[in-house]
Amino acid sequence: MELEYGKKEVFDAETASAMMKELRDAFGNGKTKSFEWRVSQLESLLKIANNHEKEIIDALCSDLSKPELESFVHEIALMKSSCKLALQELKHWMTPQKVKTPITTFPSSAEIVSEPLGVVLVISAWNYPFLLSLEPVIGAITAGNAVVLKPSEVAPATSSLLAKFLGEYMDSSAVKVVEGAVPETSVLLEQKWDKIFYTGNGRVGRIVAAAAAKHLTPLVLELGGKSPVVVDSDVNLMVAARRIIVGKWGCNNGQACIAPDYIITTKDYVPKLVDALKLELEKFYGMDPLNSEDLSRIVNSNHFARLKKLLDDDKVSGKIVHGGQMDEGILKIAPTILLDVPEDSLIMNEEIFGPLLPILTVDKVEASFGMINSRDKPLAAYLFSNKKKLKEEFVKTVSAGGLAVNDTSLHVAVSTLPFGGVGESGMGAYHGKFSFDAFSHKKAVLYRSFAGDAPARYPPYTPAKLRFLKALLNGDILGIIRALFGW
Amino acid sequence: MNEMVELGKSLAEVRETFRGGRTRGVAWRKTQLRAIIKFLTDNEDQIFKALEQDLGKHPVEAYRDEVGVVKKSANLALNCVEKWMAPKKGHIPLLFFPSKGEVLPEPFGVVLIFASWNFPISLSLDPLIGAISAGNTVVLKPSELAPACSSFLASALPSYLDPKAIKVIEGGTDIAEQLLQEKWDKIFFTGSPQVGRIVMSAAARHLTPVTLELGGKCPTILDSLSGSSDMEVAVKRIAGAKWGACSGQACIATDYVLVERKNAYILVDLLKKIIQRFYGENLKNLKNLSKIVSKHHFDRVRKLLEDPIVAASIVHGGSVDEENLTIEPTILLDPPLDAEIMTEEIFGPLLPIISLDNIQESIEVINSRPKPLAIYAFTKNEAFKKQILTQTSSGSVTFNDVMVHFVCDTLPFGGVGQSGFGRYHGKYSFDAFSNEKAILQRSFLIELEARYPPWNDFKMQFLRLAYSFNYIGLVLLYLGLKRTSR
Repeated sequence: MELEYGKKEVFDAETASAMMKELRDAFGNGKTKSFEWRVSQLESLLKIANNHEKEIIDALCSDLSKPELESFVHEIALMKSSCKLALQELKHWMTPQKVKTPITTFPSSAEIVSEPLGVVLVISAWNYPFLLSLEPVIGAITAGNAVVLKPSEVAPATSSLLAKFLGEYMDSSAVKVVEGAVPETSVLLEQKWDKIFYTGNGRVGRIVAAAAAKHLTPLVLELGGKSPVVVDSDVNLMVAARRIIVGKWGCNNGQACIAPDYIITTKDYVPKLVDALKLELEKFYGMDPLNSEDLSRIVNSNHFARLKKLLDDDKVSGKIVHGGQMDEGILKIAPTILLDVPEDSLIMNEEIFGPLLPILTVDKVEASFGMINSRDKPLAAYLFSNKKKLKEEFVKTVSAGGLAVNDTSLHVAVSTLPFGGVGESGMGAYHGKFSFDAFSHKKAVLYRSFAGDAPARYPPYTPAKLRFLKALLNGDILGIIRALFGW
Repeated sequence: MNEMVELGKSLAEVRETFRGGRTRGVAWRKTQLRAIIKFLTDNEDQIFKALEQDLGKHPVEAYRDEVGVVKKSANLALNCVEKWMAPKKGHIPLLFFPSKGEVLPEPFGVVLIFASWNFPISLSLDPLIGAISAGNTVVLKPSELAPACSSFLASALPSYLDPKAIKVIEGGTDIAEQLLQEKWDKIFFTGSPQVGRIVMSAAARHLTPVTLELGGKCPTILDSLSGSSDMEVAVKRIAGAKWGACSGQACIATDYVLVERKNAYILVDLLKKIIQRFYGENLKNLKNLSKIVSKHHFDRVRKLLEDPIVAASIVHGGSVDEENLTIEPTILLDPPLDAEIMTEEIFGPLLPIISLDNIQESIEVINSRPKPLAIYAFTKNEAFKKQILTQTSSGSVTFNDVMVHFVCDTLPFGGVGQSGFGRYHGKYSFDAFSNEKAILQRSFLIELEARYPPWNDFKMQFLRLAYSFNYIGLVLLYLGLKRTSR
């Protein structure tokens, strides 16, 4: 069945409402709720990843010059393992959870039923355009929703690849892709959704949240922030340096929401750390990093100009201790390290989202937690240290979506950990079972019998009823008996 | 103007207190929870008096729905808060060995609670218990429509709770708007969808997460029940929950009843009898029935009855006492489904009964309206129960009773769709005010070379196996026994 909006060139309010009607019908007739439907759609997603690995890698290469291995590891493999986990656990997740009931409601039994929210919207980002599109879609499907995906127009090859393959493989009455930029997104946001899942920045996040408010739509906002790395002086320097590098430049050349944004270390230790970073960077990307095939490019000229501006800031010039080369023609910027940039510089006041890494220094490493907490809450914070006390202090005092100690970015790949931000880095969490929960309503169900009808619940009210209720609500069995017998 | 300065100072103080860190400690949380219990015990009579003044609530009702229920929540939180605060372990794949994963709940920071007027004590203190258990500092704004309770909370709470961490700010719309201009780390709102939208829009500017506890038209399905005693119990429960909880002014009160035509008159007769038993005959002396909160709401509810077709459907009651703001328990049989009484949340002592040819049709009636906060169904038909559970959507479903799920702490309490989002009660209250921080702890031992560039085929092959958790394959690859494909 080919509908109007499939052919029309513009996605306007009219096409949107036709699409919504189709999705509402599909959800309304209940097919997306069935276990079988969910399984079949997850299997189809797996098939897309298995059958079209080459095309996906090519699209990511075209959008971001993403190295094949990164594309495979960070996008395809992560998406596949999410699918497999969901397939494996789905039955279990869908099973109502029995809970105990208090004596107050005796005799009774209770359970919590996970039900789909309805028709949901996923708006994804350009930096991991495959994974960040499909990971939430997996959650939406797993929970039994009908879903519309709006991939980012900034990664056009992946966007059209998703539109094509999801169109071919998925149940098109309940899973749809709408491609487009601001106008299309605005039309989508005017519709009434049962959940909106947005990955991107805080500015657009506010627009999405305001649109959601009109319809009382719950939200997940996966935003970013300046994720800090604190490096103590007692660490295995080579390992720490490599783990920082792979989290920063080895993740889409810094264009990742959980990439290390800046480092804080001590004044005494910083020369060693810079040397180690330089050394390992050279091992990884060679002497001419602009031509390394193992580094992603900057996504487009806008972002290239934005990053260039960060380096052109007067307050920052002269602070580069490594890298700094750029080639506008191929949109590449080399891994760049800056030392002791002032805190009021541009680069320290917005999310960098690129291959620049400022290092700030402190006299004592303990001071770094205060610096982190004086800023907006980041999506991730990292600490390299062997001191037990410092680690404990870090875990206790630093507020962020997620923390990793002695590594960077790896917590994202742990499906038993919720992934999401707090404060400026967003709200709501997903991954693994958390994705299922993000797209489910937890319905409370209480089963009562006709027996056990306490007269105290009903008027006319008397002092004896009050005594009974006091005992009942306090769970005081003796008191209940006393009140019942009028003692 | 002075008010604004005061407000600014109060906010600065709670922010400062949170930064100081004392609210994070378990000792502080327990002290505050104990203080809430003490506050309720010391002031039971004053609370009863304030509730009587604002809503004409009978002390038994007040104890059941306000004092008792909050004490129970506070006691539970006091017993469990340490357990709730403890980090939860997360299973880590062997590939990441050696490492440790856990989820640590941390307080959001400074939170704002908007309470509503119908249960002015419990809907203020229940969320407050959650916010305190989770270690936040709090600004509570009680509803100005229950002024006696509001001013009582504002004057009495500070002498029990840490006044630098927990503030009660009184006021109407202007103060609420002023509060919404500020940046909060969480907003918890109980009230109407219309105000809920305003709260959410304001929260959007600061990316503040919100919990919205709204209402909706909560239906009660009454299936044919074989025994007459079961029928009596059911009707008694329906009546108790409609008129016995703030005279229908409760977000989880039964809004209307769905029943098969053949049972409609039996139901009406039973309801009439029970109303008489509960409340007697004299409308001027309805001591056991709460009044309508304000003239505005009185007029709103009265207006629902003014439509002549609706008025014609009244089969019991219908009289109103403007002086005392009371409305008689009123039953309507089959008012038109498109009349305001069937499209708006009633929030008052009117009970429409909608008769159906077949009770199964109730699912359609429910699904044609926004998702309610609660659905109640009296039935012994297991298949029908299953159908209700799977084919309708609501915050909660209670079988064979009404409203009691509210006191079941192990169940999350909250809406879906038009009835709100987010949930609380028991541990869920703690969760509503906590950020679940994910923590991965690694050691410097064991480095997987394949994580690092420059990339090559071996690393690709390694990662392929690693992602499928094919550990045998990994060993073979390391030993050079596995062919590198691709």
